Amino acid sequence: MGSGTGIGRVRGLGSAKSGTHHWINQRVTAVGNLLLVLWLIISILQLPALDYVAVTTWLAKSWVAVPMMLMIVSVFYHLRLGLQVVVEDYVHEDGTKFATFLLLNFYAIGGAALGIFAIAKIAFTGAAS
Amino acid sequence: MARPQTRPLSPHLTIWKWGPHMALSILHRATGVGLAVVGALGLVWWLTAAASGAEYYAFFLKQATSWYGYVVMIGITWAFFQHMFSGLRHFVLDIGAGYELKTNKSWSLVVPVLSIFTTAAIWLSIFSGKL
Ligand code: HEM
Repeated sequence: MGSGTGIGRVRGLGSAKSGTHHWINQRVTAVGNLLLVLWLIISILQLPALDYVAVTTWLAKSWVAVPMMLMIVSVFYHLRLGLQVVVEDYVHEDGTKFATFLLLNFYAIGGAALGIFAIAKIAFTGAAS
Repeated sequence: MARPQTRPLSPHLTIWKWGPHMALSILHRATGVGLAVVGALGLVWWLTAAASGAEYYAFFLKQATSWYGYVVMIGITWAFFQHMFSGLRHFVLDIGAGYELKTNKSWSLVVPVLSIFTTAAIWLSIFSGKL
């Protein structure tokens, strides 16, 4: 790679080849969030009560547990992609950026796993008795 | 890699006159980060609380229905609808529409109105006991 002319510096580098994929997935998960979060908000507003028994009985239903799990995946995937862009815009030092991405991945995957496990536990061990 | 110091830069914040589209753009980012941190943690906390048994769930409910709980939940509701309506605007811009100056400005002004209206409608109906 030359260090002289502009063309010499960019020749052969091209794009990172994953930008379009990131962009599309940000949109796909945005549509997922749109449908699933609106579903959650409308459902919660329609629940007769939000106490322990009402909430766990509701969450244990398969047609609630499944969309809820899908919502967790969609939200955490979307925020993982979104926060990556924010980090790229403000964190420029390579080491710090690497560490921040590490934390971001732990947060996104760990948070999603915790949420899905909680839903599965309620669904499989039965609602409040 | 040595970079020449004279690379052209795009004009930055200091050089543009503030307009509604700029406010909307940074709000999309701010609400996105807010939802990603406070919203997502709150959601997972709610679910794990429900999975942890009646006693812990009661503790969660007590926090959620305290004054600071309401502040956070109302904030998250607004952030979601602001980000959502602004995200829908993104979809329109993504297909290449809505860039004419007047159209762009009007939609930028409509988005915050919609998000505040939706948030107010939801919480006013909760507090007035209609739900
Ligand atoms: C409710 C959970 C949601 C979370 C946690 C979330 C979070 C985020 C974050 C952190 C970003 C990055 C912001 C930036 O780069 O400045 C982002 C971007 C984006 N969000 Fe969301 N979002 C959510 C819901 C939605 C919904 C419902 C829509 C669509 C209606 C949406 C549409 C978008 C779009 C289009 C972008 C990309 C913007 C760009 O390319 O600059 N998001 N989101």
